[in-house]
Amino acid sequence: MMSLERKDLKLLAEARLEKGGVRKGYNMRTLHLDVGTRSVTEKKVSEEMKRKFVGGKGFGLKLLWDATRPETKWDSPENEIVIAMGPICGNTNYPGSGKSLVVALSPMTGIPIDSNVGGYFGPYLKFSGFDALELQGKADRETIVFIDGNEGIVQFYESPADIPADTHLLAEILTHTFAKDGASKDGASKEGASKDGASKDAKDLQSVAVVSAGRGADHSPMGLLNFSLYDKRRAGIRVKQAGRGGIGKVLRDKRIRAVVCRFKGVNSDSNDAADPAAVQRIGLKLHREIVQNDDKQCKMRKQGTAHLMEVMNDYDLLPTKNHKYGQDPKGPEIASWVWEKLLSQDLPDGCWYGCTMACAHAVDKFELETGPYKGQKVCVDGPEYETAAGVGSNLYVYDPHGILEMNFYCDTYGIDTISFGTTMSFLMECWEHGVLDADRTDGIDLAWGNWKGAIQVLHDLADGKRFGVLMGKGVKFLAKHFSREYGADPQFMKDIALHGKGLEQSEYISKESLAQQGGYYLTNKGPQHDEAWLIFMDMVNNRIPSFEQKAEALHYFPMFRTWFGLQGLCKLPWNDVEPADNARHAEPNKVPEHVANYRELYTAITGEDLSPEEMILQSERVYNFQRTFNVRQGHGHRDEDWPPYRAMGPVLEDEYEARAERYDKQMKEKIGIDPAGKSLKEKVAITRDYRMKQYSSLIDAVFKRRGWTPDGCPRPEHLREIGMDLPEVLAVAEARMAGKI
Amino acid sequence: MIKYLRTMDEKCVGCMTCTAVCSRLYFKDENPAKSDIQVFELALGKFHLVACDQECRKCVSECPTQAITVAKTGVVMLDKSLCVGCLACVAVCPTGAMRWYPGLKHPFKCIACGACAKRCPKDALEIAEKEDSPASRAWSDAIALVRKEGQ
Repeated sequence: MMSLERKDLKLLAEARLEKGGVRKGYNMRTLHLDVGTRSVTEKKVSEEMKRKFVGGKGFGLKLLWDATRPETKWDSPENEIVIAMGPICGNTNYPGSGKSLVVALSPMTGIPIDSNVGGYFGPYLKFSGFDALELQGKADRETIVFIDGNEGIVQFYESPADIPADTHLLAEILTHTFAKDGASKDGASKEGASKDGASKDAKDLQSVAVVSAGRGADHSPMGLLNFSLYDKRRAGIRVKQAGRGGIGKVLRDKRIRAVVCRFKGVNSDSNDAADPAAVQRIGLKLHREIVQNDDKQCKMRKQGTAHLMEVMNDYDLLPTKNHKYGQDPKGPEIASWVWEKLLSQDLPDGCWYGCTMACAHAVDKFELETGPYKGQKVCVDGPEYETAAGVGSNLYVYDPHGILEMNFYCDTYGIDTISFGTTMSFLMECWEHGVLDADRTDGIDLAWGNWKGAIQVLHDLADGKRFGVLMGKGVKFLAKHFSREYGADPQFMKDIALHGKGLEQSEYISKESLAQQGGYYLTNKGPQHDEAWLIFMDMVNNRIPSFEQKAEALHYFPMFRTWFGLQGLCKLPWNDVEPADNARHAEPNKVPEHVANYRELYTAITGEDLSPEEMILQSERVYNFQRTFNVRQGHGHRDEDWPPYRAMGPVLEDEYEARAERYDKQMKEKIGIDPAGKSLKEKVAITRDYRMKQYSSLIDAVFKRRGWTPDGCPRPEHLREIGMDLPEVLAVAEARMAGKI
Repeated sequence: MIKYLRTMDEKCVGCMTCTAVCSRLYFKDENPAKSDIQVFELALGKFHLVACDQECRKCVSECPTQAITVAKTGVVMLDKSLCVGCLACVAVCPTGAMRWYPGLKHPFKCIACGACAKRCPKDALEIAEKEDSPASRAWSDAIALVRKEGQ
């Protein structure tokens, strides 16, 4: 590994920071860095900002709103990357408490994106004295930003020309560079650590966290941010991804090579809880629940989110061939038990201290078969479910090695596995239908299942080669491009390009669940699995049959789940483990005991009471603020909330045939048309017409429940009612009502 | 060899001398809830003593900062300077021997110091040694040992 001493880096500018400190989960201060002017500004957080925006994603969106204008584009210098934490973030007791929320105007959608990510950067930044970090401006040269929370200093360094750009190398090098002097340069503390305890060197390395992207992010709007953590047992860095929406591309557009934060001295008091004993008690309760129940429930501690693979395949929900099908007999080849064998076991794989759910697993000593690191043995972070489905079944790849290889390279190149998987599956379907051929793909075979072809496109993207870069533009662009350049049927292209607002859909089949179509597409930032996951509730258990019930679910769950992002929490410990008696509750889908835990935890940390109503209101304010932000940027219209038809129903005749029994039954019972005697073509058309109308009715019900106009703008009176009554926010909603936006 | 505190329930009369000695020694407070050894009253005047057997080492595997390690004596030790107080070790301890007290920053456990054994009026406690083996180690230690032997 390249050795890089801090003294050898060219220091461009530095500034001292005022001493701060966390009080009851808040610093009440944020840090603004302009990488163009290399200026450092500390901003106070007002009581009003705390009350209305709470923290995390709320603070991020508020700061981004203030920093940008309606005309601001993703590559405007004033666009920002804001990394914000939230009051609960950083406590070491409650599982899932180390999340950073990252927001920016997205290069994929043009509107704010927010992405929830683990790793140590956020908590370290918080303990360095700040509730959020704004990165603005554009540097005139490749820059490394260093925040030393112990010394109270911010430094801007010129990034050396020869430093590797790919994350698994870059973050490792910088972790050693910025660890306190005396840290081992070769990470060779493992032997000593396993025998006699962790060496001080390893502790120094563990006090450094790096945010970086990779070469792929230089060339693609689907570039992501990797957040590192130093793993003492593996004596190397691990990375977690702020994957969605192209924030890595924004980082690279600003010519930021990496942002590094160092903080040493984390302990259970670092977050200064109002009632530390209560935080311990609530945390320990969940630790115990996880230890006792996980093996009988989701097996997160052994398999991570990949535990879902066979469940989804069995329920016909696992994306297969660009979401055309939901299962395949080959499904078991990439089932959870396969991953359990590949993932290293019995390691405390939390992405922050104290997470006993420990789902951040890795495959160690994985030998790569392709690309620039061919033959090397690496640590692959994952695969998580989204990746295993996205670059696995969805590409008809059932070779775990292929999935792991794409997982690794996507990460180190800084490319979102979801967007990559969904785009690649679109390309493979185009290949199947003759829209693409070897002449158009620079000779790469993109037949279903050919992961070596898929990964070649990824390598070409990282190298900036033509077809790779073209792929990296994502399905929204490609659907239009293929119609325009190759004469592909525009409607077919539109139907199978799985994106909303420019963001590729994540990896669940939504077409048989109207509520989940809403869960994906009636969202602020585009179709991701962050806001609502209603497939089982809706399709499998039929608990929300009416439009009003669906609308209520599409109000409650997005609002409730937004709350995690305000606090710096992970969603998984909410419902990927459940109390043993959860099913006995009236609303088991809400996991009421865990909701109560969260309210208690909030109070134990901030010292402020939180009623169930106020909990939802906290989210509702920020959610509506984000929607109004979309409106301010010229978006947030009803027609932008429509799915492509592949997400709603069968596009093709053989797709209909694969579920003919279901569709015929629906036609007879729900549409009131006898399918007998109808041709396949007619049946596809009748189903389509029905489902489009159903979705339109769903939009009406959901927008009404959310207090929005039929065109999707929050009504000013609703904004006042929920307390999101800032004049600049009301002005946007009123302008839209008056037809001025 | 593993050094440990051997407990003999059949001799215990529940006088609580051990918990008083332990909590005074480590917390300057006579409080059974702050003792590394615990005495549980069973029916019929019988008692059950709980202290770390130094053997299962689940806490060693679970600790995210490697604050919990095995000393050369075989005793499982907690380095407070590395501990972030997450209490994951408390949750995974199968016998409840890894302890916590509301508001204290770190968990605590028996380190086989022997102070309680010296003062036990009924000789229900003693410092003893038992065989160490890869099977009784944390899996990572066991693998490291096997690898070393292989080399």
